[in-house]
Amino acid sequence: MSETVAVPAQMAATAAAGEASSAGPVVSATDLTRRYGEGDTAVDALRGVSLDVPKGQLTAVMGPSGSGKSTLMHILAGLDKPTSGEVAIDGTAISKLNDSDLTKLRRRHIGFIFQFFNLLPMLTAEENILLPLSIAGAKPDRPWVDELLDRIGLADRRTHRPAELSGGQQQRVAIGRALVSKPTIVFADEPTGNLDSTTSGEILEVMRSSVDSYGQTTVMVTHDARAAAIADRILFLDDGLIVKELGRSDAHEVISVLEDIAAR
Amino acid sequence: MIKVALKGLAGRKLRASLSAFAIILGVAMVSGTFVLTDTMNGAFDSIITQSYKNADVVVSGKTAFDTDSNGNTVQPPSFPESVLAKIKALPDVNAAAGSLTDDKTKLVGRDGKVVAKGGAPNLAFSVDPGGDQRFNPLEVTAGTWPEGPNQVAIDSGTASKQHYAVGDTIGIQSRGPVQTFHVAGIVKLPGVSIGGATMSVFDIPTAQKLFHRAGKLDVIRVQAKSGVSTPQLLAEIKPLLPATVQATDVAAQVKKDKKSVSFTSFIKYFLLAFAGIALFVGSFVIANTLSITIAQRVREFATLRTLGATRRQILKAVVIEAFVVGALGSVVGLFLGLGLAKGLNALFKVIGFDLPTAGTIFATRTIIVSLLVGIVITLVASLRPALRATRVPPIAAVREGATLPPGRFARLMPILALITLALGILLLGYGVLGHGLSTANRLVSLGFGVVLLFFGVSSNAARLVRPLASILGWPATRIGGAAGVLARDNTMRNTKRTASTASALMIGLALVTFVAILGQGIRTSFESAVDQLLKGNYALTATDTFTPLAVSAENQLAKAPNLTTISGVRAGSARIYGSTDNLTGADKNLAKVIHLDWKEGSTAVPAQLGMDGAFVDHKFAKKHHLTLGSPIKVTTPSNHTFTVHVKGVFKLPNGGSPFGSVTISNALFDKNYPSPENEMVFVNVRGGITDANTRILDQQVKGFADAKIQTSAQFKKNFERPINKILILLYVLLLLSVIVSLFGIVNTLVLTVFERTREIGMLRAVGMTRRQTRSMIRHESIVTALIGGVLGMAVGVFLALLVTHALSSEGIVFAVPWTSLVIFVVATILVGVLASIFPARRAARLNVLEALQYE
Repeated sequence: MSETVAVPAQMAATAAAGEASSAGPVVSATDLTRRYGEGDTAVDALRGVSLDVPKGQLTAVMGPSGSGKSTLMHILAGLDKPTSGEVAIDGTAISKLNDSDLTKLRRRHIGFIFQFFNLLPMLTAEENILLPLSIAGAKPDRPWVDELLDRIGLADRRTHRPAELSGGQQQRVAIGRALVSKPTIVFADEPTGNLDSTTSGEILEVMRSSVDSYGQTTVMVTHDARAAAIADRILFLDDGLIVKELGRSDAHEVISVLEDIAAR
Repeated sequence: MIKVALKGLAGRKLRASLSAFAIILGVAMVSGTFVLTDTMNGAFDSIITQSYKNADVVVSGKTAFDTDSNGNTVQPPSFPESVLAKIKALPDVNAAAGSLTDDKTKLVGRDGKVVAKGGAPNLAFSVDPGGDQRFNPLEVTAGTWPEGPNQVAIDSGTASKQHYAVGDTIGIQSRGPVQTFHVAGIVKLPGVSIGGATMSVFDIPTAQKLFHRAGKLDVIRVQAKSGVSTPQLLAEIKPLLPATVQATDVAAQVKKDKKSVSFTSFIKYFLLAFAGIALFVGSFVIANTLSITIAQRVREFATLRTLGATRRQILKAVVIEAFVVGALGSVVGLFLGLGLAKGLNALFKVIGFDLPTAGTIFATRTIIVSLLVGIVITLVASLRPALRATRVPPIAAVREGATLPPGRFARLMPILALITLALGILLLGYGVLGHGLSTANRLVSLGFGVVLLFFGVSSNAARLVRPLASILGWPATRIGGAAGVLARDNTMRNTKRTASTASALMIGLALVTFVAILGQGIRTSFESAVDQLLKGNYALTATDTFTPLAVSAENQLAKAPNLTTISGVRAGSARIYGSTDNLTGADKNLAKVIHLDWKEGSTAVPAQLGMDGAFVDHKFAKKHHLTLGSPIKVTTPSNHTFTVHVKGVFKLPNGGSPFGSVTISNALFDKNYPSPENEMVFVNVRGGITDANTRILDQQVKGFADAKIQTSAQFKKNFERPINKILILLYVLLLLSVIVSLFGIVNTLVLTVFERTREIGMLRAVGMTRRQTRSMIRHESIVTALIGGVLGMAVGVFLALLVTHALSSEGIVFAVPWTSLVIFVVATILVGVLASIFPARRAARLNVLEALQYE
């Protein structure tokens, strides 16, 4: 178990109770700060965040708008650089990496699920799913791809293009795309933010099952309490700091914590 | 990744084909030029090869020089026909035949005018109707070979165009007035169309009489007995020949003749220059179109980056797209070139330049060069947008409304733009004003200067868009109302995009304006020269004003009852101070019809030239340090050499004069030139210019189908006609570049409509009609076009100022053709309107609901 400097003792205990492997956390962040702008107009989106993401768990990051949760995820995923602090993905500190090493790291270790799906409109569902492999020049593992298509429920939609799919189906394609290369970690940015509630439920189920069946480490940013309820661990951010952490909780617990935060 | 790029392209067919258009026309011009000039060359080659068929050795008169100062082949002097008998008697000769050729014997059409127009050659030959025709390149398609003093065979082109058949009579104009002949046969050169040229064929005695070459021949073709080598035959023939006659190996002669049609390579480079301009404009359009599409695909590139695509892969994807667009555009352009070649040929015909053609030649070189040029230019143009695409950060995938990040050198760009502009102007200034530059250096410096100037203006144009759009958009806001106001504001939204779209049009308009001003300058200086020189009432010239005219026409005109003065100006070529130059002859009474400003000597000079005098212009005198009494050695084409002495020096007007470098007396001229011709004849009549006098003069030269009487005012106008024709040719060729830039505006507008789908939906939702939507796009298009047009005209005026200044010593003045400029503004507006048709229709057709939901 690594140091969890800024994380209160009981949080560290919860984390240790999870399925963190002996190899240590998949992602660890130390003292992250992020300041946008300069001088009087400067905004501190993160003000010293440290955390570990243990392997095989679904971690949810919650918080009101402007709490810094998106910024945190962007920095953890190497999309944005912290003003200070360090992020290590699978033991590699990423702040010193140049663009091409970071790209290679992304290929090997990171999968993304976006709020607006970000599918390529001219590719079929299957081609979209296989895209990370073809970009990396890797051969798809056919049985795995077939299983994945089955799992995300798109086996009979593989030749459809995004425009011919519903929002939920498009997000399933995006999930398949994130999982296809068996990344070390998947980052999901408001995956249900653009979906109705029934569809959201289905998508969350697919995500949960990927964690349960494949031990897929996942970090999900959401402001949907129902989404957070599928997580093994929920981190609450407010004003650029982690203010609370929960283990598996139901939506009611999550909402009451959010209300507490809002009331402070 | 390649697959992604190709699929992406397939998903944006419209956008891809729009950018392909930018390259298609330029490539078509390249391919069309090659096809046309190859075809012309093929025709000339075939004519030349056929005209020596079966011959091993050709015997002809020696000339002092092969081409005259205007680039035309010099007619070799004739030689006695007794040579033929001597050659025939040689034991190793299998066959030999003599013939005559002439380029001053013309077919006269049913309208009484010479059939061949615009400088196309009037070819006349002799045949031996009774002999064997082994050397004869012609083929009889109807009737027989001509035999006897009244028979002619004519070419099949003239026969069909002028509706002549065997048995008809046709006029022939040679040394004297028109004579009537019977058409005995129709002939053609197999496999070749001779273009605007005509052919007339006579038997040998008739030709000798008609061409004023009694007892003479122009060519003897000789075939060796089998087993006799050409050098051996040459060695046998040479001792039999007089000093003025030569024998040549046919293979060498063919080679030499092919070289003499090298003007097709001038045509080639001339046309390729315009292809280059169109491609240059096309590269602007492609770069701009790609920049816009890339800006619109930021999210896509960012997503690819988050999925692990490297910058290099993004670059590759964009470059592959450009490659495919370039390759497709080039292939289409290549084949479009086949059609364009016909169009160019038609254009040449319209301006009176009708060249021979044979079967279309589509050479491998044409294919390779066209494809290569199209693809390379597209790739080069795509490089900057592609590099910018690589700068899209992965995080843009999660940001809404992410825009293309500025390039690495964004901050340096304004400075770089100013430096480019300054460098362009400097190079131009150096090229135009620099002293003691070699022509090559001058041209290189001008060429780079112009290219840099275009780059400089286009990269600085973004800053001019706002002020220009407010001024040029003012009418739009008046005419278009709310839609017009929106249109004007839309052009100011992305000033860079508007600037680069307008820049493509700027290039075309700058060149058009430049040409117009230069043309006007040449016209103005010519007019002032004519006004200064011409004192005579009338002028007699060839119908096309330029071809020289047989002296017999002057002699005929001299008999007119109302005539007080007649003064012919002879023209020919001669070798003077080591180069081929124009030599002219002047009549004794020249001073009565032409006013010359004498620097040395007086108005009496023309009358005092005698048989050893000459006058020259002041530039020629200065160049060769000539003063009164200086000797000048003159060698005629048929190798006569004589010496004349300077008796006068006149000041050459800026717009030129009818005289060559050296002018001798007509008497001396006629003594040295076997069939002298006048370039023009000036006359004064009793009572000056009146309708009655004109009628009398017209009547007097009615027998000459190639002659024309003009008043001095008409003469001035007629001389301007070729300038106007060349201007039209240049305008048409530059039109190609303007069309390319028109497509550039279409591209930008279509892409803008894509981009503003939601906004247009909103405008429609709050009550904008389809009509107003169309009008909004149309006005945006017009304002953009006008920005390009105004910038272009400014650049064109600037370039013209520089060049006319540099050419001021050649007499070209800076004169602005205001009417033309107004026409260009109207044309610019028209370009804007045309460019907007398709995008405006698309915008107006948008479904409001779908547009509002468009992401």
